[in-house]
Amino acid sequence: MHIVVCIKQVPDSAHIRVHPVTNTIMRQGVPAIVNPYDLFAIEAALRLKDQLGGRVTVMSMGPTQAEPALRKAISLGCDEAILVTDRIFAGADTLATSYVLASAIRTLDKELPVGLVFTGKQTIDGDTAQVGPGIAKRLDMQLLTYVSRIVEVDPAQRRIVVERRAEGGVQILETAMPALITMLEGSNEIRFASTPGMFRAARATVRHWDRNAAGIEDIKLVGLKGSPTIVSRVFGPTPRAEKAKSIPFDPSDPDSSAANLLEHLLNEMPKVRKELEQRRSGTQ
Amino acid sequence: MSATPTTKPVKKRKIKLDEHLLAYRGVWVFVESERGHVHPVSWELMGQGRRLADQLQVELCAVAMGAPGPELDTHCEASFHYGADRCYRVASPVLRDYRNEPYTQALTQLVNAHKPEILFLGATTLGRDLAGSVATTLKTGLTADCTELAIDPEDRCLLATRPTFGGSLLCTIATLNYRPQMATIRHRVMPMPEPQPERRGLIVDFEPGLVEESIVTKLLDFLPDALDDRQHLPYAEIVVAGGKGLGKAENFRLVWDLAGVLGAEVGATRAAIHAGWITPDRQVGQTGKTVRPALYIAAGISGAIQHRVGMEASDCIVAINSDANAPIFDFAHYALVGDCVSVLPALTKAFASYLGKPFKEAT
Ligand SMILES: Cc1cc2nc3c(=O)[nH]c(=O)nc-3n(C[C@H](O)[C@H](O)[C@H](O)COP(=O)(O)OP(=O)(O)OC[C@H]3O[C@@H](n4cnc5c(N)ncnc54)[C@H](O)[C@@H]3O)c2cc1C
Ligand SMILES: Cc1cc2nc3c(=O)[nH]c(=O)nc-3n(C[C@H](O)[C@H](O)[C@H](O)COP(=O)(O)OP(=O)(O)OC[C@H]3O[C@@H](n4cnc5c(N)ncnc54)[C@H](O)[C@@H]3O)c2cc1C
Repeated sequence: MHIVVCIKQVPDSAHIRVHPVTNTIMRQGVPAIVNPYDLFAIEAALRLKDQLGGRVTVMSMGPTQAEPALRKAISLGCDEAILVTDRIFAGADTLATSYVLASAIRTLDKELPVGLVFTGKQTIDGDTAQVGPGIAKRLDMQLLTYVSRIVEVDPAQRRIVVERRAEGGVQILETAMPALITMLEGSNEIRFASTPGMFRAARATVRHWDRNAAGIEDIKLVGLKGSPTIVSRVFGPTPRAEKAKSIPFDPSDPDSSAANLLEHLLNEMPKVRKELEQRRSGTQ
Repeated sequence: MSATPTTKPVKKRKIKLDEHLLAYRGVWVFVESERGHVHPVSWELMGQGRRLADQLQVELCAVAMGAPGPELDTHCEASFHYGADRCYRVASPVLRDYRNEPYTQALTQLVNAHKPEILFLGATTLGRDLAGSVATTLKTGLTADCTELAIDPEDRCLLATRPTFGGSLLCTIATLNYRPQMATIRHRVMPMPEPQPERRGLIVDFEPGLVEESIVTKLLDFLPDALDDRQHLPYAEIVVAGGKGLGKAENFRLVWDLAGVLGAEVGATRAAIHAGWITPDRQVGQTGKTVRPALYIAAGISGAIQHRVGMEASDCIVAINSDANAPIFDFAHYALVGDCVSVLPALTKAFASYLGKPFKEAT
């Protein structure tokens, strides 16, 4: 079976700082990583390959700087990598992103029919969880989001059974392939790259697909131009109009600041007082 | 979170709608129900929808989907109590359990038939699954996981605000020349409106024309979660939360002790969870739970935006932090500048004595 995994390269959030004066994100020097949620998608695909054989292609839409993310996926065991890259793809929102990725997957499907597509649950930068559903709808594939476990795959019958995290419980769903799965975090233990894997990754050729290679039919639907949403404003949160009331604290006498705080709460915060009184009279 | 000062200039873009998009009118809220229960985020959204619909001077409509029967009818009636003027009832046996395919088809058809200018869904697993699909079939914009909604009075456009990655920033997203404008909204960020049981509205039936045979995905089983006390966190009236400033795993006990005396739930920052001091289901914030208790006590928490969006709707925030310049003091009500390792036991003692509860002095 041919499996495609979509991954995104993202800035490592642990290193992101906001410029204190301009309120802009300082990207310089921030290391880029594979979106952590996507590692679970890669792992799920590789496990199916271990079990059933076949081929795993990893794909990303992004600038050429995103190549290391794809090499990392190869070091883990993916067979081939495609970077869908063209300057007209820049500035895409999720609708435009899913259009490009869906077009590229359709093109790839002509080389070798695709049975399953995996994505992560969401990214840590855009954080929308919208790209997976978008690709599935555009390719008219069955969509399985928030999958916590793949129970059974039968390539001959084109049948798949999964556990899906829903509100208040787990759904067991059966569907037909081709299907798109967004994998939940913690759904599997992620493997480490092997030494041969790392050698292979260093030598591997990452295919670059521009708009033509990816089979984009309508360039009005990609990038900034194809995006219905725009960020109209970026701003810092507003401090409360009133400053926080300061409760003096003397390290040698913590008890009196605690008593002081309690008094403030009882006198100035009616809702807190009500909660405390309920607990006092033993109704809770 | 109010949206006043900005250091980045507003990039005002005139949004001019094509003729055929002017027909899109009204604010819609998708009423999410699974297994007979409406998700509370739907009613929170109804409260917001009411406010925006009044501002736009249009109708507020609910969309209730499910198997035909009294349960669905109850949801329609409830939507009026929470503020809807009209409820589209989409009844079909195929819609008994949530599955992406039939729900996407039905909602897409309904939107195409009745053309709302705004469509809101909860940012739940169901809401995100459905919204992401419907926005694609409708080829329109979708803003994810919003924490604030407003209307631009100049051009009637929806301004949806959400936290952005990595830093203490928010961004406001608008939809260009596309309709409807769609957004998913976090649970517990918006206040729950008071239901008005005497309020009535108009039920409009919509026939989605679904047949089970043409739906590929089948639900084989549903395993409900065990109801344990962890689910109480979003609804707790008192939350005691700990962060990285506690210094080490053992000190998290001090948080549990205070919570125990207060009959409170325990929350944590992602940093404390990453340190392995507490389980991930206790995380409060953007990628955790949203809480709005009467009292939130934050110990050793810096107040990063991703944490703030999960707790700032609390009625009263007490922050304990050794750094007088910690960002949390910008939005806390009471500031205790000091070492939380000594403040927490003192608070536990003071509350225990006020509440008349036994309290053992730490040895
Ligand atoms: C702060 C911020 C807020 C934004 N808000 C919105 C918004 O509200 N609505 C909107 O439409 N757009 C929004 N965007 C734009 C959006 O982030 C981009 O369109 C982005 O390319 C994809 O969305 P995502 O990062 O949210 O991915 P998600 O939808 O969260 O990603 C889900 C999965 O899809 C796959 N995937 C995502 N992107 C790629 C890619 N480029 N290549 C390969 N696989 C991929 C990965 O497997 C990933 O785990 C926002 C961007 C930023 C920076
Ligand atoms: C995409 C994304 C999503 C995120 N989602 C979440 C989320 O849902 N929830 C969340 O909480 N975070 C989230 N984060 C992480 C967030 O940005 C912060 O890193 C995190 O909230 C910080 O936790 P903290 O306040 O415990 O730690 P720190 O920021 O390290 O703060 C520790 C604080 O303790 C104080 N301190 C130190 N010693 C003491 C002492 N002895 N007594 C008192 N105070 C002391 C320090 O002054 C400091 O202010 C997210 C980040 C990203 C990028």
